[in-house]
Amino acid sequence: MTRAGRIFWTRCAVIGGPVALLEAACRLRWISPLVIIPPSEMVAAMVSLLGTEEVLASVGQTFSTVAIAFVAAVVLGFVLGAVIHGLPRLRRAIDPLLASYYSVPFFVFYPLLVALFGLNALPLIAIGFIFALPAMLIATLLGLDRVPRVFRKVARMHRLGWARTATLVILPAALPNLFQGIKLALAYAFIGVIAGEFILSSGGLGYAIAYAYESFENRTMYGLMLFVLLSAIVTNGLLYAWEARQQRRRGRG
Amino acid sequence: MSDDTAAHAQLRGVTRVYPGGVHAPPVHALGPLDLDIAPGEFFSVVGPSGCGKSTLLDVLAGLSPPTAGSIRFEGKPVAGAVPDGVGVVFQEDASFPWLTVHDNVAFGLRRAGMDTAETARRVDYAIGFMGLADFAAAYPAQLSGGMRQRVCIARTLVLRPRLILLDEPFGALDQQTRLLMGDELLRLWRETGATVLLITHALDEAAMLSDRVGVMSARPGCFIDLVETGWARERDSRIVSDPAFGAITARLWSSLRTESMKAIGRE
Repeated sequence: MTRAGRIFWTRCAVIGGPVALLEAACRLRWISPLVIIPPSEMVAAMVSLLGTEEVLASVGQTFSTVAIAFVAAVVLGFVLGAVIHGLPRLRRAIDPLLASYYSVPFFVFYPLLVALFGLNALPLIAIGFIFALPAMLIATLLGLDRVPRVFRKVARMHRLGWARTATLVILPAALPNLFQGIKLALAYAFIGVIAGEFILSSGGLGYAIAYAYESFENRTMYGLMLFVLLSAIVTNGLLYAWEARQQRRRGRG
Repeated sequence: MSDDTAAHAQLRGVTRVYPGGVHAPPVHALGPLDLDIAPGEFFSVVGPSGCGKSTLLDVLAGLSPPTAGSIRFEGKPVAGAVPDGVGVVFQEDASFPWLTVHDNVAFGLRRAGMDTAETARRVDYAIGFMGLADFAAAYPAQLSGGMRQRVCIARTLVLRPRLILLDEPFGALDQQTRLLMGDELLRLWRETGATVLLITHALDEAAMLSDRVGVMSARPGCFIDLVETGWARERDSRIVSDPAFGAITARLWSSLRTESMKAIGRE
């Protein structure tokens, strides 16, 4: 068996083993169906739920909210990172704030965001954005820090202006770090939005899961939870695969 | 060389002082320094660590402004930008990891807007010249340190510079590879007719490759000796067995020893 094959089957065993164990435990009634339903029923529930207009609307609402928060965080995080990188004094001032950023429980600001933006998607976008922004900003700073100084000299030797230096030299050199930021920003935007919907929203997947939980609709709750889980895994898996492809191109894969 | 117009590159009273910070005094890195390099000459600079060798190269290339003095290349002042016709090979690995060997070498030509056919022709020649023909599609991470440095030399060579500035390009390589790379550099120098300025810390490398070697003092770096090697243009690494080679290396070390001791604080 090849190395890749061994990794694949090990991965299947790591995921499949506990799932099979859970399935057996549920079927043999070691675990009450009021607590957890068998994974096979979660899959069936997820498939049937995805055929309903109500759930599809929730999926659309959540994904569009995540997408807006993510894109805004990536764009603004990159721009702010680039600006701050060019202003060392400002950077020295805000570095400690960035380092302690994630120790702040931002959900306490949700009522304030509702008061500011109203009961619509904007507070959720803001929460997702607030969560995702520093990941991209920090990654941008790190990426720009790690561009070897000699690359800038090479750009000058080729008499490139600042715009061509940025797009042809700095950006590609910083790309591995930027990509880390993009991956983290997506994860944080997802967490922020779903958690926000869970707590105070009246729509979206997080709200649907919370509603099912409060109504003791286990089948719906687990079906939706599985969908959220698979969505996060698939999205991250796609980004991981793309990143691995880029790294292989650089001969580091 | 007294005739100013005959010099390919000329430095007059060049000084470089790096400004200090709140807790650090200014650093007088270089000069005042005068130098004339003749067209087609292979000139090397040796000196103790931190004497300003790389600063000299940066200033001559237009990458760093002199604090005082003037620099001229082909009679025109060098100010604020790398002049057309000057190519630089840096000490560090400067190959772009996201580009293949071919695309690395083609980088400058594409930026200059050269047409595709001519770019391909020049790049293929440069890659072949540097012995990288089998690795044109490889990425730098798939190459050895010596091969990556050859990519950087090819990227500079393809621009057909009339003045090639090399900042310790073989510093990270083992002795055997350095000797072979030295041979390749001599071949490149003969075939292109370019003027070469090589910064190196290796006395044997300077003695083997150069028409003339400038020995720099400890910081602030000034020339304390200029050694003419007297080698024929057709030469290669086998001259290390020539008795004159030992004499040249000994003279370089004799000039440099006291300065090196100063640089490490022994005097």
